[in-house]
Amino acid sequence: MRVLGIETSCDETGVALYDTAQGLLADALFSQIDLHATYGGVVPELASRDHIRKLIPLIREVMAKANLTLSDLDGIAYTAGPGLIGALLVGATLGRSLASGLNIPSLAVHHMEGHLLAPMLETPAPDFPFIALLVSGGHTQLVQVEGVGQYTLLGESVDDAAGEAFDKAAKMMQLGYPGGPKLAALATQGTQGRFRFPRPMTDRPGLDFSFSGLKTHTLTTLKQLETEGRLDEQARADVAFAFQDAVVDTLVIKCKRALKQTGLKRLVIAGGVSANVQLRERLAEVMSGLQGEVFYPRPAYCTDNGAMIAHIGALRMAAGEHDSNELSALRPRWPLWELHPPAANA
Amino acid sequence: MSRILAVETASEACSVALWHDGQVEALHRDCPRQHAQQLLPMVHEVLNLAGVRLSQLDAIAFGRGPGSFTGLRIAAAATQGLALAHDLPVLPISTLRAMAYTAHQQLYARHVITALDARMDELYWCCWRWEQDHPEALHEERLSAPEALLLDKGEDDDWVLVGSGADYDQRFPPVVQSRIQQQVVTLGPQADAMAVLAAQDLAAGLAVDAAEAMPVYLRDQVTHQRR
Repeated sequence: MRVLGIETSCDETGVALYDTAQGLLADALFSQIDLHATYGGVVPELASRDHIRKLIPLIREVMAKANLTLSDLDGIAYTAGPGLIGALLVGATLGRSLASGLNIPSLAVHHMEGHLLAPMLETPAPDFPFIALLVSGGHTQLVQVEGVGQYTLLGESVDDAAGEAFDKAAKMMQLGYPGGPKLAALATQGTQGRFRFPRPMTDRPGLDFSFSGLKTHTLTTLKQLETEGRLDEQARADVAFAFQDAVVDTLVIKCKRALKQTGLKRLVIAGGVSANVQLRERLAEVMSGLQGEVFYPRPAYCTDNGAMIAHIGALRMAAGEHDSNELSALRPRWPLWELHPPAANA
Repeated sequence: MSRILAVETASEACSVALWHDGQVEALHRDCPRQHAQQLLPMVHEVLNLAGVRLSQLDAIAFGRGPGSFTGLRIAAAATQGLALAHDLPVLPISTLRAMAYTAHQQLYARHVITALDARMDELYWCCWRWEQDHPEALHEERLSAPEALLLDKGEDDDWVLVGSGADYDQRFPPVVQSRIQQQVVTLGPQADAMAVLAAQDLAAGLAVDAAEAMPVYLRDQVTHQRR
């Protein structure tokens, strides 16, 4: 089963080709980061306008890289949510009409399921069951995964997502957009122990997260340093260090708790923040201490990409799943646990 | 002779038409916010009515705007996908030009102002003069406040005003208001008109590659830069 995947849920246009027998054949990505940087965040209308400019060139690039033609495709998968409705519409409309034109099935795919299973694009791939930590600019969730489409939510952020907290803290420090990776880079120059930020919601049972208080704490610390005339480059790096340390520590504590609660030994991290080096190092330490394993995608597949959509699309379409004739509505909000295991359409 | 499919979703209506050998088969439905779901089934319905397969088309035309941003992208993306599948050339057709064509067909209008509500107190508009078999634009398509409408050199002619922008006629300059003899606010962009214009454009060599099936928004200032 050879499936073309199309991702246009936010500010990256991604296209890829996945073959259930041969694995990933080709992928191509265009990131709109520079387009939105001037505005300090994603401007939905600009994102939609750019997706429609980039999709055909990317599809042609992927087919050329794989040395295949469109007639070699068996299906087309596209992100149907969650995401920005206008952006989703571009990829979904093009994906459905291309499939219709080629007389092959199409399939609406869940963006976060794509992220969740992206580590399966790597070698070694994780076996089921496992605990997944989904950390991005829009999500912070701990999910128990029994198989494809079998997801139980264990905990999630009650306010800001971890990636959102990173970006907002970076903005307070005038690090530009998107600031998360820049804050992480600055943190490497920081001194351990100069500041200690709180670890929100770790002092009580449960697997939920909260990051908005940490953001306020960062702002207060920065303001105090500024008032005292001590906000030099080193102090900024030390604040970045303390902030990252608190977020990573909180994520690690909850992951350990989830593993203990479920008795599972495998942990998967995915989503934009899973590229964070500090988080990866800390989780590797923890998992080796627990005689367990940790899996994550290569950095390019931590952020939004077409490969993860082609991958999950191919897994589901190989089981006979496809869009029904009545074209389903897109789902800007779409809880992961509403998904089902792959199954042929009735 | 040629076979051309036309799709149009710039307004509240979803509109599909097929030009085949001089005949036009068309479907036009009011379905606000349902364009993405309705468009493809309507395409297949029109093709079935005419007994034509996608692979037998010579080109695909779409309403390139101006109009609803989302609607323009639905028509453009659907066109890109269908055209890519069969390696077909694409004809971007102006919604305002299609309205001018329909105004001539239905109202025998020679001088037409086409105006669409652009929200934010502005209109997309253009003035047209009928020439033999097509409407000729008297200037570039514009985005402006209703008060800024101009008839250029046509202030002695009788004009017909069509489109949702006609709701703003009380705000047009008095000289423009005085020259409008008839107005039809419900006349919007339709795929049947686009199919006919597309046949002319295809013959004139104006077809482009699927990757160039792009909306023309007219309003390009969609954000305020944060300082």
